Amino acid sequence: MSSRILTRRQMLVRGASAFGTLILAGCDRLTNAPTFMDVLGSAETLTYRSQRLVLGRHRLAREFTEADLSPVFRSNGTSEPDNPTYRKLRETDFTDWRLAVGGLVLSEMRLSLRELRTMPARTQITRHDCVEGWSAIGKWTGVPLSAVLNRARVLPTARFVVLYCADTLEANSDTYYESIDLIDAYHPQTILAYELNGKPLPVANGAPLRLRVERQLGYKHAKYLMGIQLVSDLAAIRGGKGGYWEDRGYEWYAGI
Amino acid sequence: MHWINAVCVVLVLMSGLQIFNAHPRLYWGQYGANTDTPFLKIDSEENGHGDKVVGFLQVGGTQVKSTGFLGVSGTDGAERAFPSWVTIPSWQDLAAGRRWHFFFAWILVFNSLTYLIVSVAQRHIRRDLLPRRFELTPRHIAGDLWNHLRLRFPTGDAAKQYNVLQKLAYLGVIFILAPLMLASGLTMSPGADSALPWLVDLFGGRQSARTLHFLCAMLIVLFILVHLLMVMLAGPWNEVRSMITGRYVLPPGRTK
Repeated sequence: MSSRILTRRQMLVRGASAFGTLILAGCDRLTNAPTFMDVLGSAETLTYRSQRLVLGRHRLAREFTEADLSPVFRSNGTSEPDNPTYRKLRETDFTDWRLAVGGLVLSEMRLSLRELRTMPARTQITRHDCVEGWSAIGKWTGVPLSAVLNRARVLPTARFVVLYCADTLEANSDTYYESIDLIDAYHPQTILAYELNGKPLPVANGAPLRLRVERQLGYKHAKYLMGIQLVSDLAAIRGGKGGYWEDRGYEWYAGI
Repeated sequence: MHWINAVCVVLVLMSGLQIFNAHPRLYWGQYGANTDTPFLKIDSEENGHGDKVVGFLQVGGTQVKSTGFLGVSGTDGAERAFPSWVTIPSWQDLAAGRRWHFFFAWILVFNSLTYLIVSVAQRHIRRDLLPRRFELTPRHIAGDLWNHLRLRFPTGDAAKQYNVLQKLAYLGVIFILAPLMLASGLTMSPGADSALPWLVDLFGGRQSARTLHFLCAMLIVLFILVHLLMVMLAGPWNEVRSMITGRYVLPPGRTK
């Protein structure tokens, strides 16, 4: 009697683990099938549409007080770009650095850090959420991206702002880049930040200038900005998905 | 509907563990990153002699060695929080994990809504799930618990109805755990937080919400394990056939 129960139990355990292995192997195979991952990726459109339509386009991210600041604001991704151009700019304290603004604009510009600092500024204490799961609260000061765009006079055909960076995350890869739509670009909390916690932006956090786009995850907040470009379509740029991590499978809309 | 639910829940749980593995630490409060003190941590470290890596789970100030399952696992002794056989995909890939997670989370939301609408319309919740007054007396609950512990299951007509522990477990999952999962999941979305700031307040911060999302998921795993055990003990063939076809053979009365 007892031996029969044992075999039945063994059979169940074996059956369950075989079934489990089969499912896991199946999921792994599906993960390697680009078409299937595209189907899964269609949920991003649903998330993007529902966040834009149901939750609204103009809502502000929460702003905190000085008492809420993280003791240490973690740096992630590149913390010290090692390409010669950047190193040279850094040596002279970014006095020779210029932000190139181009693409679908009436007047192309090259803005120095000093010029950016004379433009209207906004300070905000916000929570930074990394796609990995951690959060940090920091105080950012910078010029609203909308002010820069208004000065460059964006053409009506433009739909996205592409941000080009100085850093390379892996050897032999392109430099980092990101893109956002015009809804986020003109959002009042979307700023090009040159200060963190009241001090000039540290190199680890993206000196001399980084993007803050507060309703999206950390990888959208491009650091070490070198230029911004207005475009009508993202398909022709690099991997075509609108960003360094996007080209590697992450969502373009990172509001979730 | 149950089977769509079962498939989605398993996929969402396993891809959820993949996402957890990207930052295997949980915190309470608004922020939390590597330099902050976690409430729970799964990690690995070299043991004194420098040749062997030991996995551990740390909750508060207590550390438990967990090599083989948490922290370090697999035949190759890979350093990862949850082992490859409980994550989708089996290798470390946050981007793919997120795609699986959000796609099946959306299906889960639609499936659950359909279930709720149908259940209310057919009075399933009131008729079958809400405990009767007499069932809620401590004496009745204790009696039912005692029967479960002795693995004595109802026979005859009583087997056609949910017993009180079953009712409370189902109601707990449907009306407490599932809504908590959805709400704490939404709270991790910076986009949703800007439109629904009260969600952040409800949980006391995004990192608290992430911690609760994980803890509720573990309770759901516990529910599934007990649920499957009960099905096995009650006669899996009869139970599963009744779920699909509605034909259920009443267990014969016990002969002493």
